[in-house]
Amino acid sequence: MQPMVCQIKREVDLYLAMSRGRDLAATAGFSQVDRARIEIVILELARNLLVHAGGGTLTLTRLNDPERGAGVAIESRDTGPGIPDIDLALQDGYSTAHTLGAGLPGVRRLMDEFVIESTPGVGTYVRAVKWRVTPQRRAIYGC
Amino acid sequence: MDSSLRIPILKIGDILIASIQVALHDASAVQFKDDLLQKIHDTRAKGVIIDLTALDVVDSFIGRLIADIAAMAGLMGTRVVLTGLQPAVAITLVELGLELPRVLTALNLEKGLSVMQRLTAEIGDGSV
Repeated sequence: MQPMVCQIKREVDLYLAMSRGRDLAATAGFSQVDRARIEIVILELARNLLVHAGGGTLTLTRLNDPERGAGVAIESRDTGPGIPDIDLALQDGYSTAHTLGAGLPGVRRLMDEFVIESTPGVGTYVRAVKWRVTPQRRAIYGC
Repeated sequence: MDSSLRIPILKIGDILIASIQVALHDASAVQFKDDLLQKIHDTRAKGVIIDLTALDVVDSFIGRLIADIAAMAGLMGTRVVLTGLQPAVAITLVELGLELPRVLTALNLEKGLSVMQRLTAEIGDGSV
């Protein structure tokens, strides 16, 4: 499956990416709630690109894992200022842009897998994956 | 901005009702906030019902805007009731960490109206 690369430079790009994500999630057979989760994660990551990095790319990939089954991966890449303290950025309520800070910790809760790598002065990479079948309860509550 | 993109705000008695029917883009969301607060001021409405029945996705930007509107309307002495949250919207708002703790909600517009009638009865005519 060919990944879809969405350039995020202006606000309108958010909604284009979200619409492509909606189609991808529907085609992959996700439930309505999971489709909403995927669309929100696309919006949150794309908005982060605009607000914090002045733009970047979102890549949407349909996954087909022999063990996990169908899934969707959302990857965000930018060459912005980077995040000096990732642990802090993943705390609820923390934000540098005078928002409620729901973005990154929220994205992590909405998805099954979440990876973030950031180097100050170089950029930030985020990968978030939602599987169509959530295998275990502890995947939700982390216990 | 084009007035056709604005969200209509209806007045029934002392209550304003706004039904958000399309995904709110940033500009229209901010316009809605300004329009609603101005209309509260102009009409001296005691309550505002914001109906979200038609929305299937609420991200942190829109969630925050709704929380802001409720706080701002509250400062003006007006109560806000949010109605018609879809199951997926309620689930994702909580997962995002946006529980909107200070915003009153009701299952649908009808229940929202009865909540609002009770609330505005308590406020009285504002002469106290």
